[in-house]
Amino acid sequence: MLIKFKKVSLFVVLTLFSTILQAMPDIEKWQTKNGARVMYVHVNGLPMLDVRVIFDAGSARDNGLSGLAALTNGLLAEGAGGKTAQALAEQFESVGAQLENDSLRDMAIVGVRSLTDKAYLDTALATLTTVLSKPDFNQKEFERELARMKVSVTAKKQSPAAIADDAFYKAIYGDHPYAAPSGGTEESLERLNLDAIKAFYQKYYVAKNALIVIVGAVERTQAEAIANRLSMGLAVGEKAAAIPEVPALKEAKLIQIQYPSKQAHIYVGQPGMKRGDKDYFSLYIANHPFGGSGFASRLVETIREDRGLAYSVYSYFSPMREAGPFMMGLQTRADQADQAVSLLRSELEKYVAEGPGDDELTDSISNVVGSFPLNLDSNSKLMGYLAMMGFYELPDDYLQKFVSNIESVSPADARQAMARRIKTDKLVTVIVGDIAAEGNKPE
Amino acid sequence: MRIYISLLVLVAFVLGAVLFVFNDASSPVKEGEVQAFELTNGMKLRVIENHRAPVVVSQIWYNVGSSFEHDGITGVSHVLEHMMFKGTPDYPAGKFSEIIAANGGKENAFTSKDYTAYFQRIASDKLEICLSMEADRMRNLILDEAEFLKEVEVVKEERRLRTDDKPTGLLYERFNAMAYTNSPYRQPIIGWMEDLDSMTIDDLRRWYKRWYAPNNATLVVVGDVDADEVFKLAREYFSSLPIVDLPEIKPRREAEQYGVQRMTMQLPAEVPTLLMGYKVPVLISADDTEEAYALEVLAGLLDGGDSARLTKNLIRGEQLATSAGAGYSLYSRHEDLFTFSVIPSDGVSMEQIEAAIKNEIELIKNTPPEQKELDRVIAQVLASSVYEQDSSFYRAMQIGILETLGLGWQVKDEYIAKIKAVTAEQVQQVAKKYLVDKHLSVAILDPLPIENKAASASSASAAGAHHVN
Repeated sequence: MLIKFKKVSLFVVLTLFSTILQAMPDIEKWQTKNGARVMYVHVNGLPMLDVRVIFDAGSARDNGLSGLAALTNGLLAEGAGGKTAQALAEQFESVGAQLENDSLRDMAIVGVRSLTDKAYLDTALATLTTVLSKPDFNQKEFERELARMKVSVTAKKQSPAAIADDAFYKAIYGDHPYAAPSGGTEESLERLNLDAIKAFYQKYYVAKNALIVIVGAVERTQAEAIANRLSMGLAVGEKAAAIPEVPALKEAKLIQIQYPSKQAHIYVGQPGMKRGDKDYFSLYIANHPFGGSGFASRLVETIREDRGLAYSVYSYFSPMREAGPFMMGLQTRADQADQAVSLLRSELEKYVAEGPGDDELTDSISNVVGSFPLNLDSNSKLMGYLAMMGFYELPDDYLQKFVSNIESVSPADARQAMARRIKTDKLVTVIVGDIAAEGNKPE
Repeated sequence: MRIYISLLVLVAFVLGAVLFVFNDASSPVKEGEVQAFELTNGMKLRVIENHRAPVVVSQIWYNVGSSFEHDGITGVSHVLEHMMFKGTPDYPAGKFSEIIAANGGKENAFTSKDYTAYFQRIASDKLEICLSMEADRMRNLILDEAEFLKEVEVVKEERRLRTDDKPTGLLYERFNAMAYTNSPYRQPIIGWMEDLDSMTIDDLRRWYKRWYAPNNATLVVVGDVDADEVFKLAREYFSSLPIVDLPEIKPRREAEQYGVQRMTMQLPAEVPTLLMGYKVPVLISADDTEEAYALEVLAGLLDGGDSARLTKNLIRGEQLATSAGAGYSLYSRHEDLFTFSVIPSDGVSMEQIEAAIKNEIELIKNTPPEQKELDRVIAQVLASSVYEQDSSFYRAMQIGILETLGLGWQVKDEYIAKIKAVTAEQVQQVAKKYLVDKHLSVAILDPLPIENKAASASSASAAGAHHVN
């Protein structure tokens, strides 16, 4: 009976797809006069606009000075065009605008959410333009924000999860720029200086290294004017050079870090895949029933439902410009760490050898296809997709073809992709927890 | 039952396709407004039609949470939330999630002090599947002991993750336990470990029978639906569920406090943290509701964005803090805390930082806030009221909270006008009346060294093993 139900539901989902197509956002693309790329989607209904400027200026560009990209990004709104941080914040907030800035491994983001009322939007965009193109980078603000970053780095030492995260990236990336934490280390923050910040800004916060994404209730002509205005103050510059490929791991590594917490934090994984990878859809759908689908996944079933070992257990591929991580993760009482690690490894080995069952794959495809409209149901989510597509230069019809690409993955495709890409004899295992305590000793 | 469901899906498909095709063609007049319905058994239904995308959010809210619990069974509301995924006779353990997943839905649940809610996000033509299964688990949960024994271990892991291994998590927990004398807000939502250890399946069965009933629930649906159709579906699935005699809810109002309450937590940690909390009225408990809105504006003046006073004066100005926040919850069931949480800058003592916060409070009391500061709070409130419509989930949550507390969804519509009406003098008055030592509790996280035992545990495993300690 249940199988019958599933077939029916799949049929429904697939049939619906033909109508979902019509709801795809109409993406327009162009370049500003000084070379910034622009993506724009007109969304009516709410009198609001999201604008995001993304530079290829994440911590992958730190060049040994970890924290440089993050602090550069963080200082933009701490004084610009001769206006203090306070004055800039008041300008944004007096019109209800929300500044957004963030720095990841690949992307550096500066953006704003604003009402489209003309006076409000003008103020928001004028302020954003100042922040983007005229940062003051004063010594006093530099020192203050650096001190705050140092506290964040110190705070990581009281979080076994953060310790495990840093150790995992370091182990799977070795000498690659992705290895270091975006927020810097105690050692690297001591070496940061204002000259490095200014040089970083001049090199990477330039039009040819920028993508402007505009989503909301403005017409095309207005969007063009906004993009021009934002990019006008930027130097033309050059697109950032490619970052190195991530080398494959040569051997398995076990990293144990003693920490007096009740739970052990466990990560197992290796470098995974890039955005736009030829195996993207096969690996994405292969991971889904394994550890990517929440309650329906094998890992949750084995670790949480059958044994009650962990609250959260998952696996994911996190595709980046170069190979982002493939990771399995969980937290469990320290004396159960050994059992949990064995289960993660054996589940992965079995899955890589056998691949997903036909039913598992069918269920996953119907979930991913059926839930696809949920990923595009708000301006925020559209912004996220556009930024990702634009930054990683995915095909223009990525959204249109997403569903058919997912549907075309066969059980054999999924199995072969996992077998090709996941080397179970070269996994990094990170365990942070009270391994020194009696009874918690690992194998 | 399962055959029935498969037919039901087909019916939903036909209906859904029709809804879908017309979704752009006709923009119903009622779009964006709350439409209220009641079932004969007392269950409330609130619907917002939003035809931007062919999806729907369905949330069912129960008027029960950790503040309903008595000593000894703390955490029972939250454990029950976990058990709601563990099966009924028609849908055995895990089946609910499996069916939602197979239909492209996403689902989960959350428990708070004042409510427990279950939600699905799904293509709008699949709403019926959600409603039929929610109705089923409202009264037909199995609550199997073997499942419970496994699940309570999962909850203990959740507690270790969120609280026991997180110095700030533990600090907040013990701070609440100290600040409140008899209010149920002193209990952690996740429960004391001791209570989780001794919890039994019978505790859960009693709790479920007592609170999970149509006359204690609100269904909120926001999305690409027709409100009258949703009402029909709700009636079809929920109206046969019997009314339950709900227990009397004791007031449990917090007893008077007679002076500053202080605690220091010495924990292995790295970053010192200060928490301060003043007992203040909330909308539901305020004799004068204008006071609650004045407190809301006060929180905005102090911490409403990067231009607000705590960032301006403590982080940027005197650089006494690396982070500083103020918080107030307008929509709580019981009297709540107006909180300050601060991480001092390196070299700044706890005495200094506490004095700095008190100085900010005195500034408000002694000098009326400027009109342009108030205007910024209002501008942000107005803008947020537009931005939050971008998230159907958030809109559904607001309605769910207000209905569950018994305030009614209309209170949200009054919000902007009430905030606009707050004067500088009213802000000063609530600061003078409530942000006083008599109402204050202070907790300090005083870091102890994180002691790591010798590296004796670093045994090697297979080839290439590598150790860091």
